[in-house]
Amino acid sequence: MHIPDGFLDVQTSVIFTGLSAAGVAVALKGARSQLDEKTAPLAGLTAVFIFAVQMLNFPVAAGTSGHLLGGALAAVLVGPWAATLALTIVLLVQAFLFADGGLTALGASTFNMSIVGVWVGYGAFLLVRKILPKNKASIPIAAAIGGFVSVPMAAFSFTLQYAMGATATFSTSTVLGAMVGTHVLIGIGEGLITGLTVSAVIASRSDLVYGWKNNNQSLEIRNA
Amino acid sequence: MRVSQKIRRIKTQENKHHHGHDVGERLYLHRHTFIHALPSHLKIVAALCFILVVVSTPVTQWGAFLAYFLWLLIVVKVAQIPFLTLFKRALIEIPFIFFAILMPFFGSGEKVQVGPLDLYREGLIAGSGIVVKGTLGVMTAIILSTTTTAREILRGLERLRLPVLMVQIASFMLRYINVVNDEMERMKVARESRGFEATGMKSWKVLATAAGALFIRSYERGERVHLSMLSRGYEGALPQEQQSKINASIWFTAMIYPLVAAIIFVAQLLIGRM
Repeated sequence: MHIPDGFLDVQTSVIFTGLSAAGVAVALKGARSQLDEKTAPLAGLTAVFIFAVQMLNFPVAAGTSGHLLGGALAAVLVGPWAATLALTIVLLVQAFLFADGGLTALGASTFNMSIVGVWVGYGAFLLVRKILPKNKASIPIAAAIGGFVSVPMAAFSFTLQYAMGATATFSTSTVLGAMVGTHVLIGIGEGLITGLTVSAVIASRSDLVYGWKNNNQSLEIRNA
Repeated sequence: MRVSQKIRRIKTQENKHHHGHDVGERLYLHRHTFIHALPSHLKIVAALCFILVVVSTPVTQWGAFLAYFLWLLIVVKVAQIPFLTLFKRALIEIPFIFFAILMPFFGSGEKVQVGPLDLYREGLIAGSGIVVKGTLGVMTAIILSTTTTAREILRGLERLRLPVLMVQIASFMLRYINVVNDEMERMKVARESRGFEATGMKSWKVLATAAGALFIRSYERGERVHLSMLSRGYEGALPQEQQSKINASIWFTAMIYPLVAAIIFVAQLLIGRM
């Protein structure tokens, strides 16, 4: 969901750049308290992972294929703070180095992907985790639902920007229908892949999964 | 695979003359022009100001956009960027201007006849506006990344008050991107040598397992890197380099790029008045 330059008017771009900057500032604080001086290497490698995994093609049908967006996945794996930072850096590098996504629209894209995508995904994950039984098998399911919800919500956030200041002629309701409609389908794919990936990580290194680590039971001291 | 194919294409295109091995360094075209030598943070500011002028120009001022394009091409020429490279890299914008291309066909209101096509007037104007502005933006970003190394762009962002931690995360990303990419490539070779072929959704489990393994390997690498940094005395901040003083004439040189655009903008307004 990259937005080109000139798609949004200057005012909307400035508003969302401000919102994203505030969100990233909060995430920086949160990541520092969670990871301390480990933040830079771990969020950096998470960014590399997201960038790489976005190149992994998942075939759908009849020659079409999709790829992961990774907001909810990163949030479940490394926590929402570091995930916000990692996704922001991915977008920043794509815009500045690959000219992928407009520079003036960077704030708007960051808002959709690394703030709405990550936090809505993580929020849904937490909610579902609360409902499901507290065991390992629930984590991938909760992650899948987080992944599923995050994509149409990011599309919704895009539609909001569209309504506020797009230079296009489609009516907002048409865009809302088309964006949210297609992204519900994309979200199903995202959810499935997120769930499968989390279950693969949890099978071999469950200690690395932030969303599960948080749920660990404390050590019991028993008498011999 | 879009970006990786792009990286590969760029790699084969420019292996004649490139310095460094990072992804960002491959995008960089080593030349000796004054545009290459300008301080990177000024180039970033100049690029952003230019795009802001372009974005603020009303879509109907087609003369101004023509002038912007000519001016951009002059800058490309001065920076010794081959036009072919510019156009090939600009193709990256195709997926996101797709939306704009649809606009003249699906809309409402007055219709106009363009050749054999019957198009919506408003959609045509707004759609072409997005394509033109988007292209100018993409090409400006390409000028930036072909005349400035990735490392320099990050340093420039740091001087523009991007938080140090963000700059560090980004430099880790640039440093390890090839390592992780190669890891992914090796996993692909391993899968394929065992007869795996990605066909339809039934292969998702295998691919997701690979993604999971990639995460574990990346994370463990992050931990190792962190430990080796600690053992070399890292305390949460990277050493800062002495920054050279920047005088007014360097500032002015960098700002010529958006200034000319601003002059075009004002000139167009004045001509419109008369």
